[in-house]
Amino acid sequence: MSVNLTLTLVASVLVGTGAYLFLSRSLVRALMGFLLMGNGVNLLFIIGSGPAGSPPIVGAGDGGPMADPVPQALVLTAIVITLAMTAFVLALAHRGWQVGRDDLVADDTESARIHARAEADDLGSEPGAREQAEEIAAETERSERGHHGRRDDAATDEEGGTA
Amino acid sequence: MSDGYAWMVPLLVLLPLIGAGLTLAAAGRTAVQRVVSVTALSGMTVLAGVLLWASDTQGPQVMFVGGWAANEGIVLVVDRLAALMVIVSTVVTLAVLAYSIGQGASGFDEESDGHSPLPVFHPTLLVLAAGVTTTFISGDLFHLYVGFEMLLAASFVLLTLGGTAERVRAGTTYVLVSLLSSIIFLAAIGLTYGATGTINLALLSERLGEIAPGTAALLQLMLLVAFAVKAAVFPMSGWLPDSYPTAPAPVTAVFAGLLTKVGVYAMIRTQTLLFPGSPFSDLLLVAALLTMVVGILGAIAQDDIKRMLSFTLVSHIGFLLFGIALGSTHGLAAAIFYVVHHITVQTTLFLVLGLVERVGGSTDSTRLGDLARISPLVGVLFFIPAMNMAGIPPFSGFLGKVGLVQAGVAEGSWLALLLVAGSVLTSLLTLYAVAKVWGRAFWSENARGITGQGPVRGGHHEALGLGVLAPTVALVAVGLTLTVVAGPLFDITTRSAVDLVLREPYLDAVLGVRAEAGP
Repeated sequence: MSVNLTLTLVASVLVGTGAYLFLSRSLVRALMGFLLMGNGVNLLFIIGSGPAGSPPIVGAGDGGPMADPVPQALVLTAIVITLAMTAFVLALAHRGWQVGRDDLVADDTESARIHARAEADDLGSEPGAREQAEEIAAETERSERGHHGRRDDAATDEEGGTA
Repeated sequence: MSDGYAWMVPLLVLLPLIGAGLTLAAAGRTAVQRVVSVTALSGMTVLAGVLLWASDTQGPQVMFVGGWAANEGIVLVVDRLAALMVIVSTVVTLAVLAYSIGQGASGFDEESDGHSPLPVFHPTLLVLAAGVTTTFISGDLFHLYVGFEMLLAASFVLLTLGGTAERVRAGTTYVLVSLLSSIIFLAAIGLTYGATGTINLALLSERLGEIAPGTAALLQLMLLVAFAVKAAVFPMSGWLPDSYPTAPAPVTAVFAGLLTKVGVYAMIRTQTLLFPGSPFSDLLLVAALLTMVVGILGAIAQDDIKRMLSFTLVSHIGFLLFGIALGSTHGLAAAIFYVVHHITVQTTLFLVLGLVERVGGSTDSTRLGDLARISPLVGVLFFIPAMNMAGIPPFSGFLGKVGLVQAGVAEGSWLALLLVAGSVLTSLLTLYAVAKVWGRAFWSENARGITGQGPVRGGHHEALGLGVLAPTVALVAVGLTLTVVAGPLFDITTRSAVDLVLREPYLDAVLGVRAEAGP
């Protein structure tokens, strides 16, 4: 099977840029990445369906080879699904902005707490361990509070602005 | 050809979807919603029971949707494995539904300001059930993808119910990881179509043997990665303990029971049907070992019981993968038995945790204490499935593990024997993790927990109504029944495994009928 080079290149650029954006910590950027990757993969179906042809409707073609209709039906379904997922992620991003004034994925505080405790345990037998452990715990808490603090400030600003 | 009961197959998906539409239309009328949801799920249970019997005695039940032949349209296939998975998942969903009904308004305080449960809960749960069933019965790779997306969309909504800051955070991780695995799956489907010209599973199993081995290996690996993310196989498991514990108890319970098992089911189906004699069985064995050990070590480190259970969930996926990787009849039979056991037990444990949260006001084991005295019933309800999960005889967890160990020893390679040792170690560590939580939360004498901080919501001791107790007790009883009927159940799973390894019954049912139904 010969493969359409242009389509292949476009698909790989879409998936590549999409993957880059997907790695972002910002939810909206990651969504853009998902959309780009999704479109790249949709192109993959078109590439896989072989060369273009006349419409796959009996009597409508010019007698030449018909295009394969199955991948097009699949891509159509995939596009609809992507649309639904996009709608949900946008709603989620909006909600995240409402409650947190932030688009970035926050840290998992429970994991951070257990990590801090494990570090404290490792330091257990050494002199000055207690101080170090407390320092780590305080640091964790500070970084959390810093995060929330920033949000509170933003929320206050917003309220001040609308009042 | 045996299509005596094939007309029932689409109803497995239609019933919950119609129910979802009706409950959505009846949003706000809680009583109507409850009647419709319970009816739909009960109907599904009955249908699944009949189909299990039919597929066991008369071979796979096949439905060609719209009368299209296998290579042109969608095929729905219910064989023993699919029927077994559908019936277990429906029973579990029904129990969770009953639990959420019994929980009444109070369980959704956070979500709805103390009024009625969110109107969106029932429709979403039914769509989830429809999506899970779709993946179990589809005989077509793309339809499998559509089923995945249905259940994912429903799970997104359930996980972020109420939209608190914590759930939005957990939801973001979960949504992005799920979307990524869907993209990989979709790309794999596109490449598969390009390579073979079909996405029908039965046709694929014939044609994949004819294409270049390297191409087939690429397709297999892409499918494995996509399903491994869904099944939470190490190293693609980090998202699970991060996202599940934040959801309300019934939601976590149904997620823990079903969602990862859907990935496992997809692996069983594709590995046996499309890629028999897989060149990657050693890779899967290593992944299984790492999933078991890393998962259970994570569980030991946790204070929060919900997070601990989420990690054991990851860990025990390793057992299932062990059976799949062995690929022998014994291995698959034990893995299928273990799936049935694990769905039931894991759901039960998360429901019991909902009770713990109601009694103690928290699920943090350092803040709980003396629960065995405060509520002996909850103690018993936690103890039985916990011991079942850890694999203490004579519970079904023990039987499933024995089956896997026997299959591993029969395989005899050093890697399989290492896996046997790893699974025994994991069982012991599971027992340790469970016992640690038990000692702290149920047996410690300090009723305010070892930190002395007391329950989070301060003296929040809710009475347990019959509405939440009855479904939990029923599920514990189902878990115990699995032990009692282990013989017949193991017979069925063995027959399913034989079919899976042979492949002929499935192929004959789909392709044989196609020849007769052709134009």
